[in-house]
Amino acid sequence: MSSNDDAVVTGLGATTPLGGDVASTWDALLAGRSGVRRLDDEWVKEMPAQLAATLAVEPSEQIDRVRARRLDRSQQVAVVAAEQAWAESGAADAGVAPERIAVVFGTGIGGAMTLLGQDDVLEAKGAKRVSPFTIPMLMPNGPAAAVGLAIGARGGVHAPVSACASGAEAIRWGLDLLRFDRADVVLVGGAEAVVHPLPMAGFAAMRAMSTRNDEPGRASRPFDKGRDGFVLGEGAAALVLERASSAQARGARVHARLAGAGATADGYDLVAPHPEGEGAARAITAALRDAGLSPADIGHVNAHATSTPVGDTAEAAAIRSSVGEHALVAATKSQTGHLLGAAGALEAVFTVLALREQVVPATANLDDPDDDAAVQALDIVRHEPRKASLSAAVNDSFGFGGHNLALVFTTA
Amino acid sequence: MSEDIQAGLAEILEEVAGVAPADATPEKSFTEDLDVDSLSMVEIATAVEDKFGVAIPDDELGNIKTVGDAISFIQKNKG
Repeated sequence: MSSNDDAVVTGLGATTPLGGDVASTWDALLAGRSGVRRLDDEWVKEMPAQLAATLAVEPSEQIDRVRARRLDRSQQVAVVAAEQAWAESGAADAGVAPERIAVVFGTGIGGAMTLLGQDDVLEAKGAKRVSPFTIPMLMPNGPAAAVGLAIGARGGVHAPVSACASGAEAIRWGLDLLRFDRADVVLVGGAEAVVHPLPMAGFAAMRAMSTRNDEPGRASRPFDKGRDGFVLGEGAAALVLERASSAQARGARVHARLAGAGATADGYDLVAPHPEGEGAARAITAALRDAGLSPADIGHVNAHATSTPVGDTAEAAAIRSSVGEHALVAATKSQTGHLLGAAGALEAVFTVLALREQVVPATANLDDPDDDAAVQALDIVRHEPRKASLSAAVNDSFGFGGHNLALVFTTA
Repeated sequence: MSEDIQAGLAEILEEVAGVAPADATPEKSFTEDLDVDSLSMVEIATAVEDKFGVAIPDDELGNIKTVGDAISFIQKNKG
Protein backbone atom coordinates (compact mmCIF):
# COMPACT_ATOMS: atom_id res chain seq x y z
CA MET A 1 0.00 0.00 0.00
CA SER A 2 2.88 2.35 0.70
CA SER A 3 4.40 4.49 -2.01
CA ASN A 4 7.11 7.11 -2.33
CA ASP A 5 4.53 9.85 -2.12
CA ASP A 6 3.38 8.79 1.34
CA ALA A 7 3.92 11.20 4.18
CA VAL A 8 6.54 10.08 6.65
CA VAL A 9 7.52 11.35 10.07
CA THR A 10 11.17 12.44 10.23
CA GLY A 11 11.22 14.52 13.42
CA LEU A 12 9.59 14.43 16.84
CA GLY A 13 9.53 16.99 19.63
CA ALA A 14 7.70 17.42 22.92
CA THR A 15 7.69 19.15 26.25
CA THR A 16 5.21 17.55 28.61
CA PRO A 17 4.32 16.85 32.23
CA LEU A 18 6.48 13.74 31.95
CA GLY A 19 9.62 15.29 30.49
CA GLY A 20 11.22 18.21 28.70
CA ASP A 21 11.76 16.22 25.50
CA VAL A 22 10.52 13.14 23.64
CA ALA A 23 13.00 10.66 25.10
CA SER A 24 12.40 11.57 28.74
CA THR A 25 8.64 11.72 28.18
CA TRP A 26 8.56 8.29 26.55
CA ASP A 27 10.79 6.76 29.24
CA ALA A 28 8.55 8.14 31.99
CA LEU A 29 5.46 6.90 30.17
CA LEU A 30 6.79 3.35 29.89
CA ALA A 31 7.96 3.48 33.50
CA GLY A 32 4.38 4.25 34.57
CA ARG A 33 5.14 7.63 36.14
CA SER A 34 2.40 10.22 36.60
CA GLY A 35 2.76 13.86 35.61
CA VAL A 36 -0.15 14.91 37.81
CA ARG A 37 0.29 16.89 41.03
CA ARG A 38 -1.85 18.81 43.45
CA LEU A 39 -1.40 22.53 42.84
CA ASP A 40 -0.29 24.55 45.83
CA ASP A 41 -1.07 28.07 44.57
CA GLU A 42 -3.21 30.24 46.80
CA TRP A 43 -6.06 30.43 44.27
CA VAL A 44 -6.38 26.67 44.13
CA LYS A 45 -7.86 26.47 47.60
CA GLU A 46 -11.21 27.71 46.26
CA MET A 47 -11.24 25.25 43.36
CA PRO A 48 -13.26 22.05 43.31
CA ALA A 49 -10.59 20.43 41.10
CA GLN A 50 -7.10 21.12 42.40
CA LEU A 51 -4.98 18.87 40.21
CA ALA A 52 -2.98 19.52 37.10
CA ALA A 53 -0.27 17.85 35.06
CA THR A 54 2.22 20.68 34.86
CA LEU A 55 5.36 20.78 32.76
CA ALA A 56 8.31 18.70 33.94
CA VAL A 57 10.70 21.37 32.67
CA GLU A 58 9.83 25.06 32.67
CA PRO A 59 10.06 26.59 29.18
CA SER A 60 12.12 29.42 30.69
CA GLU A 61 14.89 26.84 31.13
CA GLN A 62 14.70 25.94 27.47
CA ILE A 63 14.41 29.29 25.69
CA ASP A 64 16.10 32.65 25.97
CA ARG A 65 14.60 35.04 28.55
CA VAL A 66 13.99 37.98 26.23
CA ARG A 67 12.37 35.76 23.63
CA ALA A 68 10.25 34.08 26.29
CA ARG A 69 8.83 37.33 27.65
CA ARG A 70 7.27 38.11 24.25
CA LEU A 71 5.64 34.69 24.00
CA ASP A 72 2.59 33.38 25.84
CA ARG A 73 3.31 30.14 27.69
CA SER A 74 1.40 28.24 24.97
CA GLN A 75 3.77 29.76 22.39
CA GLN A 76 6.84 29.01 24.49
CA VAL A 77 6.04 25.30 24.67
CA ALA A 78 5.15 25.25 20.97
CA VAL A 79 8.55 26.69 20.09
CA VAL A 80 10.38 24.29 22.41
CA ALA A 81 8.69 21.20 20.91
CA ALA A 82 8.93 22.47 17.34
CA GLU A 83 12.62 23.29 17.54
CA GLN A 84 13.35 19.81 18.92
CA ALA A 85 11.44 18.16 16.07
CA TRP A 86 13.00 20.43 13.50
CA ALA A 87 16.54 19.81 14.73
CA GLU A 88 16.02 16.07 14.91
CA SER A 89 14.66 15.89 11.35
CA GLY A 90 17.69 17.60 9.89
CA ALA A 91 15.34 19.32 7.44
CA ALA A 92 17.04 22.66 8.03
CA ASP A 93 20.19 21.37 6.34
CA ALA A 94 18.35 19.71 3.48
CA GLY A 95 18.24 22.80 1.29
CA VAL A 96 14.45 23.05 1.23
CA ALA A 97 13.30 26.48 0.01
CA PRO A 98 11.57 28.39 2.84
CA GLU A 99 8.62 28.88 0.47
CA ARG A 100 8.16 25.08 0.49
CA ILE A 101 8.16 24.79 4.30
CA ALA A 102 4.79 25.06 6.05
CA VAL A 103 3.59 24.98 9.63
CA VAL A 104 0.27 23.74 11.02
CA PHE A 105 0.08 24.15 14.77
CA GLY A 106 -3.16 23.95 16.72
CA THR A 107 -4.29 25.05 20.13
CA GLY A 108 -7.58 24.61 21.90
CA ILE A 109 -7.68 27.84 23.85
CA GLY A 110 -4.63 29.89 22.85
CA GLY A 111 -3.11 32.64 24.93
CA ALA A 112 -5.56 32.62 27.81
CA MET A 113 -2.79 33.16 30.37
CA THR A 114 -1.89 36.42 28.63
CA LEU A 115 -5.51 37.48 28.12
CA LEU A 116 -6.35 36.95 31.78
CA GLY A 117 -3.06 38.34 33.07
CA GLN A 118 -3.38 41.51 31.03
CA ASP A 119 -7.01 41.88 32.09
CA ASP A 120 -5.68 41.99 35.65
CA VAL A 121 -3.25 44.73 34.58
CA LEU A 122 -6.08 46.66 32.92
CA GLU A 123 -8.22 46.47 36.03
CA ALA A 124 -5.44 47.31 38.45
CA LYS A 125 -3.36 49.87 36.56
CA GLY A 126 -5.38 51.08 33.57
CA ALA A 127 -5.28 50.81 29.78
CA LYS A 128 -1.90 52.51 29.37
CA ARG A 129 -0.18 49.74 31.26
CA VAL A 130 -1.45 46.90 29.05
CA SER A 131 1.48 45.26 27.25
CA PRO A 132 1.96 46.01 23.56
CA PHE A 133 2.53 42.27 23.15
CA THR A 134 -0.94 41.41 24.49
CA ILE A 135 -2.55 40.71 21.11
CA PRO A 136 0.24 38.67 19.49
CA MET A 137 0.52 36.70 22.72
CA LEU A 138 -3.16 35.90 23.10
CA MET A 139 -4.15 35.15 19.50
CA PRO A 140 -4.87 31.45 18.91
CA ASN A 141 -2.66 31.43 15.82
CA GLY A 142 0.17 32.61 18.07
CA PRO A 143 1.79 29.20 18.63
CA ALA A 144 1.73 28.49 14.88
CA ALA A 145 3.11 31.94 14.10
CA ALA A 146 5.88 31.65 16.69
CA VAL A 147 6.86 28.25 15.30
CA GLY A 148 6.78 29.57 11.73
CA LEU A 149 9.18 32.35 12.68
CA ALA A 150 11.41 29.98 14.62
CA ILE A 151 12.02 27.66 11.67
CA GLY A 152 11.72 30.24 8.90
CA ALA A 153 8.64 28.74 7.24
CA ARG A 154 7.26 30.82 4.38
CA GLY A 155 5.05 28.28 2.66
CA GLY A 156 2.04 29.01 4.87
CA VAL A 157 1.42 28.98 8.60
CA HIS A 158 -1.94 27.60 9.74
CA ALA A 159 -3.70 27.20 13.07
CA PRO A 160 -6.63 24.82 13.34
CA VAL A 161 -8.80 25.34 16.40
CA SER A 162 -11.07 22.44 17.27
CA ALA A 163 -10.78 22.20 21.05
CA CYS A 164 -9.13 18.95 22.12
CA ALA A 165 -8.90 17.72 18.54
CA SER A 166 -6.76 20.69 17.42
CA GLY A 167 -3.42 18.86 17.55
CA ALA A 168 -4.76 15.95 15.51
CA GLU A 169 -6.44 18.31 13.09
CA ALA A 170 -3.08 20.01 12.52
CA ILE A 171 -1.57 16.66 11.55
CA ARG A 172 -4.37 15.91 9.12
CA TRP A 173 -4.00 19.37 7.61
CA GLY A 174 -0.26 18.82 7.22
CA LEU A 175 -0.92 15.56 5.39
CA ASP A 176 -3.24 17.42 3.01
CA LEU A 177 -0.61 20.08 2.33
CA LEU A 178 1.84 17.39 1.23
CA ARG A 179 -0.74 15.56 -0.84
CA PHE A 180 -1.83 18.75 -2.58
CA ASP A 181 1.83 19.59 -3.17
CA ARG A 182 1.52 22.88 -1.32
CA ALA A 183 4.72 22.23 0.60
CA ASP A 184 7.66 19.80 0.74
CA VAL A 185 8.13 19.80 4.50
CA VAL A 186 5.44 20.53 7.08
CA LEU A 187 5.99 20.98 10.79
CA VAL A 188 2.77 20.04 12.60
CA GLY A 189 1.72 19.93 16.22
CA GLY A 190 -0.30 21.31 19.06
CA ALA A 191 0.27 23.41 22.15
CA GLU A 192 -1.65 24.26 25.30
CA ALA A 193 -0.86 25.98 28.58
CA VAL A 194 -3.88 27.15 30.54
CA VAL A 195 -3.28 26.03 34.10
CA HIS A 196 -5.01 29.13 35.47
CA PRO A 197 -8.02 29.71 37.74
CA LEU A 198 -10.51 30.63 35.01
CA PRO A 199 -10.14 27.62 32.69
CA MET A 200 -9.90 25.38 35.78
CA ALA A 201 -13.10 26.87 37.17
CA GLY A 202 -14.85 26.67 33.80
CA PHE A 203 -14.06 23.01 33.23
CA ALA A 204 -14.93 22.23 36.84
CA ALA A 205 -18.28 23.98 36.42
CA MET A 206 -19.00 21.56 33.56
CA ARG A 207 -18.27 18.76 36.05
CA ALA A 208 -15.65 17.59 33.56
CA MET A 209 -12.64 17.51 35.90
CA SER A 210 -11.54 14.95 38.43
CA THR A 211 -11.88 16.07 42.04
CA ARG A 212 -9.77 13.22 43.40
CA ASN A 213 -7.61 15.90 44.97
CA ASP A 214 -5.98 13.70 47.58
CA GLU A 215 -4.68 11.18 45.06
CA PRO A 216 -3.04 13.12 42.22
CA GLY A 217 -1.35 10.16 40.57
CA ARG A 218 -4.54 8.13 40.59
CA ALA A 219 -6.96 10.82 39.42
CA SER A 220 -6.72 10.31 35.67
CA ARG A 221 -8.12 6.81 35.19
CA PRO A 222 -9.54 6.27 31.70
CA PHE A 223 -11.96 3.35 31.33
CA ASP A 224 -11.85 2.66 35.07
CA LYS A 225 -15.09 2.34 37.00
CA GLY A 226 -13.91 4.98 39.47
CA ARG A 227 -13.11 7.70 36.92
CA ASP A 228 -14.60 11.09 37.70
CA GLY A 229 -13.24 13.46 35.07
CA PHE A 230 -10.07 14.58 33.35
CA VAL A 231 -6.96 16.21 34.77
CA LEU A 232 -5.78 19.33 32.99
CA GLY A 233 -2.31 19.08 31.47
CA GLU A 234 0.00 21.51 29.71
CA GLY A 235 2.67 21.15 27.05
CA ALA A 236 3.27 20.76 23.35
CA ALA A 237 4.27 18.16 20.80
CA ALA A 238 5.47 18.47 17.22
CA LEU A 239 6.19 16.24 14.23
CA VAL A 240 8.01 16.89 10.97
CA LEU A 241 6.22 15.46 7.94
CA GLU A 242 7.57 15.12 4.44
CA ARG A 243 7.23 12.81 1.45
CA ALA A 244 8.87 9.41 1.68
CA SER A 245 10.77 10.17 -1.53
CA SER A 246 12.45 13.30 -0.15
CA ALA A 247 13.19 11.70 3.19
CA GLN A 248 14.83 8.81 1.39
CA ALA A 249 16.76 11.07 -0.95
CA ARG A 250 18.38 12.94 1.90
CA GLY A 251 18.85 9.86 4.06
CA ALA A 252 16.60 11.08 6.87
CA ARG A 253 15.59 8.80 9.69
CA VAL A 254 11.94 7.79 9.23
CA HIS A 255 10.11 7.07 12.49
CA ALA A 256 6.85 5.97 10.89
CA ARG A 257 4.48 6.70 8.02
CA LEU A 258 1.39 8.83 8.29
CA ALA A 259 -0.81 6.65 6.11
CA GLY A 260 -4.19 8.31 6.42
CA ALA A 261 -6.54 10.60 8.28
CA GLY A 262 -10.25 11.06 8.78
CA ALA A 263 -12.37 13.84 10.23
CA THR A 264 -16.07 13.98 11.01
CA ALA A 265 -18.49 15.95 13.15
CA ASP A 266 -21.02 14.44 15.52
CA GLY A 267 -23.84 16.85 14.72
CA TYR A 268 -25.29 15.74 18.02
CA ASP A 269 -24.49 18.08 20.91
CA LEU A 270 -22.17 21.01 21.57
CA VAL A 271 -20.10 19.22 24.21
CA ALA A 272 -21.49 15.75 24.89
CA PRO A 273 -20.21 12.97 22.63
CA HIS A 274 -22.67 10.81 20.75
CA PRO A 275 -23.25 7.98 23.28
CA GLU A 276 -22.41 5.25 20.76
CA GLY A 277 -19.47 7.17 19.36
CA GLU A 278 -21.09 7.23 15.95
CA GLY A 279 -19.13 10.21 14.63
CA ALA A 280 -15.91 8.94 16.18
CA ALA A 281 -16.34 5.56 14.50
CA ARG A 282 -16.94 7.23 11.15
CA ALA A 283 -13.72 9.21 11.56
CA ILE A 284 -11.73 6.04 12.26
CA THR A 285 -13.33 4.21 9.35
CA ALA A 286 -12.60 7.16 7.06
CA ALA A 287 -8.96 7.19 8.18
CA LEU A 288 -8.63 3.45 7.52
CA ARG A 289 -10.11 3.85 4.06
CA ASP A 290 -7.79 6.78 3.40
CA ALA A 291 -4.83 4.62 4.40
CA GLY A 292 -6.03 1.70 2.31
CA LEU A 293 -6.12 -0.55 5.35
CA SER A 294 -8.72 -2.80 6.91
CA PRO A 295 -9.60 -2.99 10.61
CA ALA A 296 -7.67 -6.25 10.93
CA ASP A 297 -4.45 -4.40 10.05
CA ILE A 298 -4.68 -2.18 13.12
CA GLY A 299 -2.69 -3.57 16.01
CA HIS A 300 -2.85 -0.62 18.38
CA VAL A 301 -5.14 2.28 19.20
CA ASN A 302 -3.92 5.25 21.22
CA ALA A 303 -7.29 6.35 22.56
CA HIS A 304 -8.42 9.88 23.34
CA ALA A 305 -9.87 8.53 26.62
CA THR A 306 -9.86 11.54 28.91
CA SER A 307 -11.24 9.79 32.01
CA THR A 308 -14.69 11.40 31.85
CA PRO A 309 -17.63 9.12 32.58
CA VAL A 310 -19.46 9.61 29.26
CA GLY A 311 -16.52 10.17 26.92
CA ASP A 312 -14.66 6.93 27.56
CA THR A 313 -17.63 4.62 27.00
CA ALA A 314 -18.62 6.43 23.80
CA GLU A 315 -15.08 6.03 22.52
CA ALA A 316 -14.91 2.37 23.52
CA ALA A 317 -18.05 1.79 21.45
CA ALA A 318 -16.49 3.66 18.52
CA ILE A 319 -13.25 1.66 18.63
CA ARG A 320 -15.15 -1.61 18.91
CA SER A 321 -17.40 -0.84 15.96
CA SER A 322 -14.72 0.59 13.65
CA VAL A 323 -11.54 -1.36 14.52
CA GLY A 324 -12.82 -4.35 16.46
CA GLU A 325 -11.73 -5.97 19.68
CA HIS A 326 -8.28 -7.25 18.72
CA ALA A 327 -6.24 -4.02 18.83
CA LEU A 328 -4.19 -3.17 21.91
CA VAL A 329 -5.64 0.02 23.37
CA ALA A 330 -3.67 2.55 25.42
CA ALA A 331 -4.97 5.64 27.20
CA THR A 332 -1.86 7.68 27.86
CA LYS A 333 -3.75 10.57 29.46
CA SER A 334 -3.75 8.37 32.53
CA GLN A 335 -0.18 9.64 33.04
CA THR A 336 0.09 12.88 31.06
CA GLY A 337 -3.26 14.39 31.96
CA HIS A 338 -5.26 16.04 29.20
CA LEU A 339 -3.23 18.51 27.15
CA LEU A 340 -6.35 19.77 25.31
CA GLY A 341 -5.19 21.24 21.98
CA ALA A 342 -1.80 19.53 22.34
CA ALA A 343 -3.25 16.12 23.21
CA GLY A 344 -3.69 14.92 19.63
CA ALA A 345 -0.13 15.84 18.74
CA LEU A 346 1.40 14.26 21.84
CA GLU A 347 -0.59 11.08 21.39
CA ALA A 348 0.42 10.97 17.72
CA VAL A 349 4.03 11.07 18.92
CA PHE A 350 3.26 8.19 21.30
CA THR A 351 1.60 6.24 18.48
CA VAL A 352 4.64 6.73 16.27
CA LEU A 353 6.93 5.59 19.07
CA ALA A 354 4.77 2.55 19.80
CA LEU A 355 5.15 1.50 16.16
CA ARG A 356 8.85 2.26 16.08
CA GLU A 357 9.61 0.50 19.36
CA GLN A 358 6.97 -2.24 18.97
CA VAL A 359 5.57 -1.69 22.42
CA VAL A 360 2.20 -0.43 23.66
CA PRO A 361 2.23 1.74 26.81
CA ALA A 362 0.07 0.68 29.73
CA THR A 363 -3.03 2.56 30.83
CA ALA A 364 -2.36 3.62 34.41
CA ASN A 365 -4.98 3.38 37.15
CA LEU A 366 -7.15 0.92 35.27
CA ASP A 367 -7.79 -1.14 38.37
CA ASP A 368 -11.38 -2.02 37.71
CA PRO A 369 -12.55 -1.63 34.10
CA ASP A 370 -16.00 -0.14 33.58
CA ASP A 371 -18.87 -2.64 33.29
CA ASP A 372 -19.77 -1.12 29.93
CA ALA A 373 -19.88 -3.87 27.31
CA ALA A 374 -17.54 -2.14 24.88
CA VAL A 375 -14.95 -1.33 27.56
CA GLN A 376 -15.09 -4.97 28.66
CA ALA A 377 -14.66 -6.16 25.08
CA LEU A 378 -11.54 -4.10 24.29
CA ASP A 379 -8.00 -5.29 25.00
CA ILE A 380 -6.82 -2.33 27.04
CA VAL A 381 -3.18 -2.70 28.07
CA ARG A 382 -2.72 -2.21 31.77
CA HIS A 383 -0.24 -2.75 34.61
CA GLU A 384 2.77 -2.72 32.30
CA PRO A 385 3.64 -1.98 28.68
CA ARG A 386 3.11 -4.84 26.27
CA LYS A 387 5.50 -5.84 23.51
CA ALA A 388 3.68 -6.52 20.28
CA SER A 389 4.24 -6.96 16.58
CA LEU A 390 2.61 -3.87 15.16
CA SER A 391 2.37 -2.72 11.55
CA ALA A 392 -0.36 -0.09 11.81
CA ALA A 393 -1.98 1.96 14.57
CA VAL A 394 -4.80 4.44 15.02
CA ASN A 395 -4.76 7.60 17.12
CA ASP A 396 -8.11 9.31 17.63
CA SER A 397 -8.95 12.69 19.14
CA PHE A 398 -12.20 14.44 19.91
CA GLY A 399 -13.07 17.99 20.82
CA PHE A 400 -15.92 19.97 22.33
CA GLY A 401 -18.00 21.03 19.36
CA GLY A 402 -18.35 17.45 18.13
CA HIS A 403 -15.01 17.30 16.28
CA ASN A 404 -13.69 13.80 15.60
CA LEU A 405 -10.26 13.13 14.17
CA ALA A 406 -8.50 9.86 13.45
CA LEU A 407 -4.97 9.31 12.18
CA VAL A 408 -3.47 6.08 10.89
CA PHE A 409 0.27 5.53 11.21
CA THR A 410 2.21 2.55 9.85
CA THR A 411 5.74 1.32 10.48
CA ALA A 412 8.55 2.90 8.50
CA MET B 1 23.16 63.10 35.81
CA SER B 2 23.30 61.95 32.21
CA GLU B 3 25.40 58.96 33.30
CA ASP B 4 22.73 57.95 35.80
CA ILE B 5 20.08 58.20 33.14
CA GLN B 6 22.18 56.19 30.70
CA ALA B 7 22.71 53.50 33.31
CA GLY B 8 18.99 53.39 34.14
CA LEU B 9 18.09 53.21 30.46
CA ALA B 10 20.62 50.43 29.96
CA GLU B 11 18.91 48.43 32.71
CA ILE B 12 15.56 48.86 30.97
CA LEU B 13 17.00 47.86 27.59
CA GLU B 14 18.54 44.75 29.06
CA GLU B 15 15.30 43.74 30.75
CA VAL B 16 12.98 44.45 27.82
CA ALA B 17 15.11 43.69 24.80
CA GLY B 18 18.15 41.77 26.02
CA VAL B 19 20.60 44.53 25.05
CA ALA B 20 23.97 44.14 26.79
CA PRO B 21 24.46 47.21 29.07
CA ALA B 22 27.81 47.98 27.43
CA ASP B 23 26.04 48.37 24.09
CA ALA B 24 23.55 50.97 25.35
CA THR B 25 25.67 53.98 24.40
CA PRO B 26 24.31 57.37 23.26
CA GLU B 27 25.12 57.05 19.54
CA LYS B 28 23.29 53.72 19.14
CA SER B 29 20.06 53.62 17.15
CA PHE B 30 17.33 51.54 18.80
CA THR B 31 16.13 49.92 15.60
CA GLU B 32 19.31 49.87 13.49
CA ASP B 33 21.91 48.95 16.09
CA LEU B 34 20.10 47.39 19.02
CA ASP B 35 17.38 45.47 17.17
CA VAL B 36 14.60 46.97 19.29
CA ASP B 37 11.26 46.76 17.45
CA SER B 38 8.33 49.18 17.66
CA LEU B 39 6.39 47.12 20.24
CA SER B 40 9.44 46.94 22.47
CA MET B 41 9.80 50.74 22.17
CA VAL B 42 6.33 51.03 23.69
CA GLU B 43 7.42 48.80 26.57
CA ILE B 44 10.57 50.87 27.02
CA ALA B 45 8.50 54.06 27.17
CA THR B 46 6.37 52.58 29.95
CA ALA B 47 9.44 51.47 31.86
CA VAL B 48 11.00 54.93 31.46
CA GLU B 49 7.89 56.46 32.98
CA ASP B 50 8.12 54.06 35.94
CA LYS B 51 11.82 54.62 36.50
CA PHE B 52 12.23 58.33 35.81
CA GLY B 53 8.69 59.69 36.18
CA VAL B 54 8.88 60.99 32.62
CA ALA B 55 6.01 60.17 30.27
CA ILE B 56 6.91 59.98 26.59
CA PRO B 57 3.90 60.96 24.47
CA ASP B 58 3.29 58.85 21.34
CA ASP B 59 4.18 61.70 18.98
CA GLU B 60 7.52 62.14 20.76
CA LEU B 61 8.30 58.43 20.81
CA GLY B 62 8.72 58.45 17.03
CA ASN B 63 11.41 61.16 17.31
CA ILE B 64 13.51 59.17 19.73
CA LYS B 65 15.84 57.29 17.42
CA THR B 66 18.97 56.80 19.53
CA VAL B 67 19.84 56.11 23.13
CA GLY B 68 21.18 59.67 23.23
CA ASP B 69 17.79 61.04 22.08
CA ALA B 70 16.15 59.19 24.95
CA ILE B 71 18.68 60.46 27.48
CA SER B 72 18.15 64.08 26.36
CA PHE B 73 14.39 63.74 26.43
CA ILE B 74 14.43 62.32 29.95
CA GLN B 75 16.95 64.97 31.12
CA LYS B 76 14.84 67.79 29.65
CA ASN B 77 11.55 66.60 31.09
CA LYS B 78 12.64 65.27 34.46
CA GLY B 79 11.09 67.31 37.26
